[in-house]
Amino acid sequence: MDDPLSLLFLVAAATLRTATPLILCAMGGLFSERSGIIDVGLEGKMLMAAFFAGAVAATTHSAWWGVAAAVAAAEALALLHGLACITYRGNQVVSGVALNIIAAGLTVVWGTAWFARGGQTPALEGSERLLPLFFPRAGDNILVYAALLSVPLTWWIVTRTRFGLRLRAVGEMPLAVDSAGISVTWLRYRAVLLCGLFSGLAGAYIAIAQNAGFSRDMTAGQGFIALAAVIFGKWRPFPAFGACLMFGLLDAVAIRLQGVKVPGVGEVPVQLIQSLPYLLTMFLLAGFIGRAVAPRAIGVPYEKEH
Amino acid sequence: MKGWILSLLALVAVTGPNMAGVAEAQTTVKPAIVYANGGKFDKSFNEGVSNGAQKFTKETGIAVADFEPSNETQFEQALRRFAQRGQDPIIAVGFSQAVALEKVAKEFPNTHFTIIDSVVKLPNVQSVVFREHEGSFLVGILAAMASKTGKVGFVGGMDIPLVRKFQCGYEQGIKYANPNAELISNMTGTTPAAWNDPGRGAELAKGQIDRGVDVIYAAAGSTGIGILQAVKDRGKLGIGVDSNQNHLHPGNMLTSMLKRVDVAAYNSFKAMQAGTWKGDVSVLGLKEGGVDWALDQYNEKLITPEMKAKVEAAKADIISGKIVVVDYMSNNACK
Repeated sequence: MDDPLSLLFLVAAATLRTATPLILCAMGGLFSERSGIIDVGLEGKMLMAAFFAGAVAATTHSAWWGVAAAVAAAEALALLHGLACITYRGNQVVSGVALNIIAAGLTVVWGTAWFARGGQTPALEGSERLLPLFFPRAGDNILVYAALLSVPLTWWIVTRTRFGLRLRAVGEMPLAVDSAGISVTWLRYRAVLLCGLFSGLAGAYIAIAQNAGFSRDMTAGQGFIALAAVIFGKWRPFPAFGACLMFGLLDAVAIRLQGVKVPGVGEVPVQLIQSLPYLLTMFLLAGFIGRAVAPRAIGVPYEKEH
Repeated sequence: MKGWILSLLALVAVTGPNMAGVAEAQTTVKPAIVYANGGKFDKSFNEGVSNGAQKFTKETGIAVADFEPSNETQFEQALRRFAQRGQDPIIAVGFSQAVALEKVAKEFPNTHFTIIDSVVKLPNVQSVVFREHEGSFLVGILAAMASKTGKVGFVGGMDIPLVRKFQCGYEQGIKYANPNAELISNMTGTTPAAWNDPGRGAELAKGQIDRGVDVIYAAAGSTGIGILQAVKDRGKLGIGVDSNQNHLHPGNMLTSMLKRVDVAAYNSFKAMQAGTWKGDVSVLGLKEGGVDWALDQYNEKLITPEMKAKVEAAKADIISGKIVVVDYMSNNACK
């Protein structure tokens, strides 16, 4: 049990479990941000998706309907964000924050109306959840693999396809894209919808794979951490993936270090261990990441010249 | 006219002989509850209070107003709002409301308040605290006897002396049953959000199971739902807290440490109705039936006759004073 190899395996598994929603969410955020749309609303989309995943899985007794509902819910919010930011050229940060507030409130209100359990959904079991595929101890359900696959896929789409080239161009200089006769609006909408897809999967993972049901505010700020990972990774898929793994690893290690006596130091205080991820983030951000240059047109609504 | 007489008869039938007194009191009892952070449906601490309130409502037909805070700054507003609206008595659930309650209770000296899990010394406040270490001692015995690996776990909610009190009693019970058993403990967090983080609770439980633990005691409010789920997913044994949680995962729930907050809430309302409400401090332990361990149809197969005999013997010894369980909060240390 305590041999280094199995310990390594267990820590790696825990890292992946905690990093999965971050990875999915970060890949979604990356599409949106690369097209020039800031997405502060990742958290809200994930929360709404988690709620619908839990609620629909509990109602239909099928995890797959839960996943479908989660993606649909996240897409609905993504479209709302698109409508506000792309069509009506609103402030993207304000719209994102609004989505977060809407999700935090509506999930509880709907949850109470639907199940009368204070915003929670009933506990799920068996086929209502996504269960581990090969290693029951590691918790490797299908969405973990989806998250791992999403990284090369995102990389391929963004850097190797025509759509990706245009996506990057629209985030840097939409005017050029527009003058080439390509619709800026349609490109950005597609980016926002891809973001909805990934954050929907992330929400579904939290509610029906990692946990067994939705509970109030269960995303607990992970959407913001995913956003930070996108920035850490300088808006590139593999570095962003690395940042997500780092957050996951810190969390996994923090959990395992609690109550363990470190040779020479004795028992490390819980408070110190729990602040470790944040301290290290500050440290890395200040010292090692270097300048992160955002897509040039990010946050700027595109207005066609008349 | 006929309908009026009928309903009067019905009222007599329901309320019985001392109807006159009750009818008058019923107009003045307008109970309210301000829940703690875990929320009313945490299947544990808050839900226990809610069950007590429901029992009261069922018996008397008096509705109980309630408020679930989304953060701790709302306690004071909620308590004051209820007091202004003439709700009486008002129950504040959880230690974290003590400061807010003290302030509001001074502003409304004619309103009756009950606080659970903390002591506020004012004439219009009734404080109810529990000897959780005694109940935790009993479930510690069961955990040590049920464990095959000799490693047992504890996952607490917020890292505060009250939760350490559960942990400390549990640890003493474990050592009492098996001096060689090892206890691995985790706390979910250091802020009130730790009461409502099932995902993190599940991760902590999995971490303990990976280290060889096969029985985990969850003392963490709503976070416990995640802990017990993780225990079930791995086929280990869990111990619930506050409410009887044995029904959550039959076959994987060894027992629950009962803390009768439902009785505390019910008694407060009943005493108010009967006019016997007193502002005082009550400390409820094994002796008073304030804490206990749960045995029902969901876990009876897991409790062997030996385990039952040992735990009942220890219970009797604690009640008689033969075993003294150390209270962590008496000196902030488990010794």
